[in-house]
Amino acid sequence: MAEIHLKSLAHSYLKNPNGDSDYAIREMDHVWEDGGAYALLGPSGCGKSTLLNIISGLLEPSEGQVLFDGIEVNHIPPEDRNIAQVFQFPVIYDSMTVYDNLAFPLRNMKVPEVRVTSRVNEIAEALELTDVLKKKASNLSPDEKQKISMGRGLVRSDVSAILFDEPLTVIDPHLKWKLRRKLKQIHEQFDITMIYVTHDQLEASTFAEKIAVMYGGQIVQFGTPRELFERPNHAFVGYFIGSPGMNLVDVKRSDTGVRFNTTDVPLEPSLKSLLDSLTSSNVKLGIRPEFIHVWEKKTEGAFECSLDYVEDLGTYKILTLNLDEEIIKVRLDEDRAIPNGKIYISFPEQWLKIYVDEYLIEADVTPLNDSSEVKL
Amino acid sequence: MSLVLKNVSHEVGGQKYLDNVNLTLESGSFNVLLGRTLAGKTTLMRLMAGLEKPTSGQIFMNGHDVTGVAVQKRNVSMVYQQFINYPNLTVRENIASPLRLSKVSENEINKRVNETADMLQISQYLDRLPLELSGGQQQRTSMARALVKDASLILFDEPLVNLDYKLREELRSELRVLFAERKSIAVYATTEANEAMALGGITTLIHEGKILQSGVVNQVYRGPKNIEAAKLFCEPPINLIEGQITLDEVSFFDSVHFPLDEKLKDLPKRKFIFGVKPSHISLVPKNDDDLELPMKVELAEISGSETYLHVYNEQFSLILQLSGVLNYAIETPVNVYLPIHKLFVFDLDGLTIKVPTFDMENL
Amino acid sequence: MNKTANNRAWFLVLPVFILVAFSAIIPIMTVVNYSVQDIFDQNTAYFVGAEWYREMLRSPRLLDSLIRQFGFSFSILAIEVPLGIAIALMMPSKGRMAAVWLIIVAIPLLIPWNVVGTIWQVFSREDIGLFGWAVNAVGIEYNYASSPFAAWFTVVLMDVWHWTSLIALLCYSGLRAIPEAFYQAARIDRASSWAVFRHIQLPRLKSVLVIGVLLRFMDSFMIYTEPFVLTGGGPGNSTTFLSQELTKMAVGQFDLGPAAAFSLIYYLIVLLVCYVFFTAISQLDKVK
Repeated sequence: MAEIHLKSLAHSYLKNPNGDSDYAIREMDHVWEDGGAYALLGPSGCGKSTLLNIISGLLEPSEGQVLFDGIEVNHIPPEDRNIAQVFQFPVIYDSMTVYDNLAFPLRNMKVPEVRVTSRVNEIAEALELTDVLKKKASNLSPDEKQKISMGRGLVRSDVSAILFDEPLTVIDPHLKWKLRRKLKQIHEQFDITMIYVTHDQLEASTFAEKIAVMYGGQIVQFGTPRELFERPNHAFVGYFIGSPGMNLVDVKRSDTGVRFNTTDVPLEPSLKSLLDSLTSSNVKLGIRPEFIHVWEKKTEGAFECSLDYVEDLGTYKILTLNLDEEIIKVRLDEDRAIPNGKIYISFPEQWLKIYVDEYLIEADVTPLNDSSEVKL
Repeated sequence: MSLVLKNVSHEVGGQKYLDNVNLTLESGSFNVLLGRTLAGKTTLMRLMAGLEKPTSGQIFMNGHDVTGVAVQKRNVSMVYQQFINYPNLTVRENIASPLRLSKVSENEINKRVNETADMLQISQYLDRLPLELSGGQQQRTSMARALVKDASLILFDEPLVNLDYKLREELRSELRVLFAERKSIAVYATTEANEAMALGGITTLIHEGKILQSGVVNQVYRGPKNIEAAKLFCEPPINLIEGQITLDEVSFFDSVHFPLDEKLKDLPKRKFIFGVKPSHISLVPKNDDDLELPMKVELAEISGSETYLHVYNEQFSLILQLSGVLNYAIETPVNVYLPIHKLFVFDLDGLTIKVPTFDMENL
Repeated sequence: MNKTANNRAWFLVLPVFILVAFSAIIPIMTVVNYSVQDIFDQNTAYFVGAEWYREMLRSPRLLDSLIRQFGFSFSILAIEVPLGIAIALMMPSKGRMAAVWLIIVAIPLLIPWNVVGTIWQVFSREDIGLFGWAVNAVGIEYNYASSPFAAWFTVVLMDVWHWTSLIALLCYSGLRAIPEAFYQAARIDRASSWAVFRHIQLPRLKSVLVIGVLLRFMDSFMIYTEPFVLTGGGPGNSTTFLSQELTKMAVGQFDLGPAAAFSLIYYLIVLLVCYVFFTAISQLDKVK
């Protein structure tokens, strides 16, 4: 088991980097606790694969330290770090059977054959590969091959962490479900630290207890899927999580709150005074499409919008509204009727977020009650 | 401009890739081909384009039989999964390439290239090489190349599958806007039901080389003609339970009984397969006569704003689609509520017998 | 594949047809023609049917040459294939040294074949040749002009020196095609270098090796220039391979009929061996 600590870690592919843009990973301090299931989520090019390779040892960081249980491992090669890695496309040894593939790491370590047999069978059962053990690995479908890749990582009893680099990329969409479920079950069963790199929020949220969202070489938020959804720390997290993402509008300060074009949005007093105490002019208003309240008719405090477009996605609808020349998207359940003519919306105070310089500002923190269902 | 496929079948090396396809595509329509991998979508598009000749059947464009006509003679363009651009030409030259083959004047070429690049928001990259751009930008260049020709038929073969899911969302809405005004026929292949819903237009379901159903997206979604169509066009997949209709009630495996809905009273008293969509099952009773089922949680899958809850009991398992982020430990007992008026009924051969009526006003 | 017909393509191919007809088909037809005739001089020739074929297939001289030829081809394959793979594995995969090594390895392939023969002829001489002198200095008796074994040894050594690079370069390109992730996974699986070779590299070199072996077999089976320059076929006829035998017959003795028959048999043997080899490999793939 391992606690992985990234201390003042930074990485540049250039010999003499100067300035932030030369770094693939900007300085960060991060702890992955023992036995957790984590996701590293971010768009292409944000540095997540680089970070994964640094953790596994395939890449040495240009600055900072990687510590496993407090011991620096920067110079220790991957084969000595007790980690396993599953890649984007299945890596299997074509000439061997499934059984031999799974046995391979153990045989390399000179484990007695009796132990090999029991271990391979155990893992094969956990991954539902028992029926194909005798078959040649090259004849299997991509998802079975990917399971073999995972199996090779799990079969070693000395493995303390498994790293996944977008492992479901080559899998058929209707089979991705099954593998996602399998990964979660494996984690519960084997209690190993697992770090999963992806650009898909569904994969990240399903698998991970906590997600690290990466953007521009930095981890901008590390939290549970619910925290990321309800309280995005960074405007990028708001935009990236959720389908569609958070509505973000550039605003300026006004007397009662903030304003854009001719619309005034009042803010709760403590939040307003906090906003006024900061000087930056980069201020954004953020609210998720799921949390905007739609009224049947004109109401006090509600804003009037015109309806641009309705997207019917079966189980829910997305309304694209025009509020004073700004595009606002609202998400409604399947059964809700869409009002005719003008639409009136309001922003419930608890879900209205203000971002200064891309980061969330909050007047006082209300603790989330985990057992309550999110009311929409 | 219309495209008609009549009794088109295609067989290669003894394997049938398409079986008796009949389709009519109207001018200005946006058609989505939804099917699993290897269902025949790419084969169908290649036949539409003229890259291959069907082993049997005919294809008509605007009433003319074009079945044997080579692709160069048909006014077609295609966008692929892998962003295919000429690597040694700049983005500008890439977009201009289809126009250079037809003798269009240099001025006209410049104008159209600039217009198209504007539409796809790549104007600032016109002088760069494709390999210097990100995936999304390369794919936009491919699309620009396809659109600049103003072909009468534009084919998209899963073009967004190699992109970040966020980028996919954005490009999808852009595509819709791009096609709103055109007279060309667009055909878009995808494996994801949600993408088909988001794109709208006409949805054609294709399964193992056969067309299951084709129609306006909402109608196909709400009224699948058979089990395969219902399974294909529902993400997460529709829940299916075998049941028996008796005189006045429905029973599942002898353990669950509930009264027979009015609209199902005329059905013969025998076994059927009942379907219920994951989004219709909930954790709290929404109607007075909802069927209460005690189940256990198998897994809770969380997507940014929703949760897919997998539950099971001794006889069957269900998937629920719920909004919000919910955490449930494995084996937690929960009660789920099934709306008995929203059940689909399929006969044992897979044909749809009854489809729940929905409030059609909101469509 | 039912591609839409494009008849214009046939016109583009026509010049090639004509060229091939002149340079290949017509000469081959001439050989077939000669093989069924007894030719005394330009104007006197009698049709003899399959007589020459029968005689050639029974000729002990020819059978001896055939055995020598097979022996030669198999010897060089047995050495060049493993050696080529080993060299490819040792060559660096990137950086400036990679280019330098590529050039060094490619040099033997660029030397004209009779020059190769001449180089080795001089190099192996026991009096003025560096190699010949060195071997004798160490105490081993070595004279390729008088000892059949030494002659064989030198011819094989020369061919290995000349052609191993082909296998090495083919394998080198094959190795470059293996994605990095496989090596990374093997590292993590703690695989030994031998295991990496056996389970990752060798399986992926198969297609490249098939081409290499086929090419080397065909070339070595038809070899003429190098051994002719080196040993002249001697001492005696210990290093006289099939093509030299054929040339002696056709040009030396002007036995055009038998030589023509023999050429066709020769051609058929090469074709047969390649066909068998190729089919065997494809069957192996299918079985998997």
